[in-house]
Amino acid sequence: MSAVQTATPFETVRTPDPASRPIKIHAAAVKVTYGQKEALHGVSIDIAEKAVTAFIGPSGCGKSTFLRCINRMNDTIAGARVEGTITLDDRNIYDPDLDVVELRARVGMVFQKPNPFPKSIFDNVAYGPRIHGLARSKADLEEIVVTSLQRASLFNEVKDRLNEPGTGLSGGQQQRLCIARAIAVSPEVILMDEPCSALDPIATAKVEELIDELRANFTIVIVTHSMQQAARVSQRTAFFHLGHLIEEGPTDHVFTNPLEQRTQDYITGRFG
Amino acid sequence: MTEAASRLPVSRLGGPDARTVAKIDLGLSRRYAAERRFRAYGLAAVTIAICFLLVLFGSIVSKGYTAFQQTRVTMMVDFEPSIIAPDGDRSPKAIMSGNAFRFDDLIAASLQKTLEIDPNDEDGLYDALDLLSKGSTPMLRSMIANDPSLIGTKRTVDFYATGDVDAFVKGTIRADVPESQRLIKDKHIVLIDKLKTEGALHLAFNTGLFTNGASTRPETAGVGVALVGSLYMMLVVLVLSLPLGVAGSIYLEEFAPKNRWTDVIEVNINNLAAVPSIVYGLLGLAVFINFAHLPRSASLVGGLVLTLTTLPTIIITTRAALKAVPPSIREAGLGVGASKMQTVFHHVLPLAMPGVLTGTIIGLAHALGETAPLLMIGMKAFIVEYPATPFDPATALPTQIYMWATEPERAFTERTSAAIIVLLAFLLAMNSIAIILRRAFERRW
Ligand SMILES: Nc1ncnc2c1ncn2[C@@H]1O[C@H](COP(=O)(O)OP(=O)(O)O)[C@@H](O)[C@H]1O
Ligand SMILES: [Mg+2]
Repeated sequence: MSAVQTATPFETVRTPDPASRPIKIHAAAVKVTYGQKEALHGVSIDIAEKAVTAFIGPSGCGKSTFLRCINRMNDTIAGARVEGTITLDDRNIYDPDLDVVELRARVGMVFQKPNPFPKSIFDNVAYGPRIHGLARSKADLEEIVVTSLQRASLFNEVKDRLNEPGTGLSGGQQQRLCIARAIAVSPEVILMDEPCSALDPIATAKVEELIDELRANFTIVIVTHSMQQAARVSQRTAFFHLGHLIEEGPTDHVFTNPLEQRTQDYITGRFG
Repeated sequence: MTEAASRLPVSRLGGPDARTVAKIDLGLSRRYAAERRFRAYGLAAVTIAICFLLVLFGSIVSKGYTAFQQTRVTMMVDFEPSIIAPDGDRSPKAIMSGNAFRFDDLIAASLQKTLEIDPNDEDGLYDALDLLSKGSTPMLRSMIANDPSLIGTKRTVDFYATGDVDAFVKGTIRADVPESQRLIKDKHIVLIDKLKTEGALHLAFNTGLFTNGASTRPETAGVGVALVGSLYMMLVVLVLSLPLGVAGSIYLEEFAPKNRWTDVIEVNINNLAAVPSIVYGLLGLAVFINFAHLPRSASLVGGLVLTLTTLPTIIITTRAALKAVPPSIREAGLGVGASKMQTVFHHVLPLAMPGVLTGTIIGLAHALGETAPLLMIGMKAFIVEYPATPFDPATALPTQIYMWATEPERAFTERTSAAIIVLLAFLLAMNSIAIILRRAFERRW
C-alpha cells in the first residue's frame, strides 16, 4: 500500500479558511531526506497567522520532520537534507543569507519531553532574553520573566521559588516553563511537538487552555497524536500520512466532514 | 507485566492454571539462587581486592613509616671566632670559602665536650665523629654563613646522625649480630649509649625528607626536588592538556562533521591512549630535547611528554561526558535561538564538567606515576638544588623512588617506601580535590 502511494504524484485536498486569516508561513514542495530515505515527499501548506494549526497523522508519517523544517532544527541532524521553500512573512527561511539564530528567536519551539535547563526557574526563562539582549536592565529582565511566566499561567505556582531548579517542577509545570521560556523571546511562531504526550490529563488540560490563550498573540503549530486535542485547540488541521500531506482544512470541517477516505479512516480509528 | 500475565494459560477459575504456577515457582527459586551466587561472587571479588590493597599498603607503610623519623644529635656548639674567621672577615663569602676543616673542628670540639672524651684520645674522637652525618660540616657552614651573628655565641645545634646510626637506633641494625657483620661496631654502640644517657641523641620528625634534594648520604637525602619537579610537571600537564583536550573533544563531538576523516581521528586517539608511555618518552627526547633544544631533565619537558600521554585519556573521557549530556538540552538551547557555541558552553559543557574533571584527574594521576618516559628524558639526575623554574633540571617522585630503590643502604630502603607513601599522599590529595570540584559542579543541577 505504502509503495504505491509514495510513488504516485500527489495532490493535497484543501479546504480554504472561512475566516480568511493572513498567511504567516507558506511552504512549497518541501522534501526531507534522511541519508537515503525520503521522509517527506513534497509538502505544501499555508499556515494562518494567530491561529492554532494542528498536524495529525499516524506516527512516523513526518509530522515532526515537517515541524522541524519551520525553525530549521533539521539542520542539526547529520544527513538530513531539506528541499523546497518555506517562507516566513514572505522571506525564504532557507535563504543562505538568513541567520538561523535569528530565525529560531522568531520561531520558538516546545518539545515533546519537557526539557528545562538544569538551572533555576528564573534563569530558564531569562536565558533567551539574555542571549538576544532583549532586556536593557535587571528590572527589565525580571519583568520579562514575570510576564512570560504569567502568560504561561505558571507564575502563581512558582512565584515563591524562582531560584529553585526548573527540573524540580512537575512534568506539567516543566512543560509550561518551557512554553514560558519560548515566549520570553517574543517569537512570532511557536512550534509544539506533541507537548502533552508526557503529561497527565490535568496538566494536559492546563496546557491546552494555555495554547488557546496564546493564540491571540502567536501563530501556533502543534503536532498531536490525540485527535481530541486537535479538535479542542486548533482552528485548522493538517492530516499527514506516509510523508504526504493528505488533507488540510478548518478543524471542524476535517473532523466532521473529511474529503479524503484516508482522513476519514484515521479519525475514525481504522488505522493509526 | 500485565501483558506477560495475559499470555499465561488461564484456568477455568480465571487465574493462571496450577501447572504454570508450579513452573514459575521452580524458575523463581532458580533465579533467586543465581542472584545469590552472583552476589557471593561479587562480595568475594571485593574482599580479595581489599585484602590485596591492605597487604600493599601494609607492607609499604610498615617499611616506610620509620623514615618519617630521624635520629638527631643535639649538641652545644661554641661558635669560636678564632676558628670560624681566623682573619677576622665574617662575611658569608669568607665563611663559604676557605678551609672546610675548621667547621669539623667546631663539631669535634662540641662532641668532645658532650661525650667527655679525653682531649688526647684522637681515635675516640674520630669514632665519635663517625656517628655524625658527613653532611654536618656543610650544614654548619651554611648555617653560619646565613647568620654570621652566631659567631662568638654558644648555641645548641641539631646534627643528623649517619644512616647506619639511624638504622641502629630504630632497631633495623641489631646489636645481637656478631660485630664483624655489623655496620655499627661495639665502640660506636658505647658512644651511642652515652649520647642517649646525655639526652643528646633522640628521634625527631624528619623534615629533611620533604625538603632536601638528592644526596649520596641517605640521612640528608630527601624528595624535595622531586616534589617540586612533580608539582611543576602537574601544572604544565594541567595547563596544557585540560584546555587542549577539552577544546579538541568539544570540536570533535559537537562541531566536526561525521565523516571518514573524523573516524580516522577518533580511531587514532583511541590508539594513542594505548601507546606505551616509554614511546612518548622517546618522542619527547627526539622532539623536545634533540630538535627543539629544550633543557634536558627539565620539568617543562617532563610536563610536555606527560601531556602527550594524558591528552588521549582526557579527550576520550571528555567526549564520553559530552555524549552523555541528553540531546534534549542541546535542542532546548538551539530552540530558543542560542548559537551552537552558546549552547555548548552555556548548557552542554557545564553538565559534562563533572565527567571532564574526573577524566582530567585520572589523566593527571596516571601522569604523576609515570616513570619510564621521564627516565628517557633524563629526569633521573643527581639534583641537589631546588628547580627555581620548570626550565631547571629536576627529578620527579616516581623517578626518585626508582633511584632510591636501586641504592643498597638500609636507610635508602626505608626512604624508598617513604617516598612511595608521599607519592600516594600526593595522589590522594589530587583525588580529593577532584571529588570536591565535582561536588561543586554537580550542585549546579
Ligand atoms: N533523525 C532521523 N534520522 C533518520 N530518520 C529519521 C529521523 N527522524 C525521523 N526519521 C524518519 O522520518 C520519518 C518521519 O519521522 P517523524 O517526522 O519523526 O514522524 P512523526 O513525528 O510523524 O511520528 C520516520 O520514518 C522516521 O523514521
Ligand atoms: Mg514526532
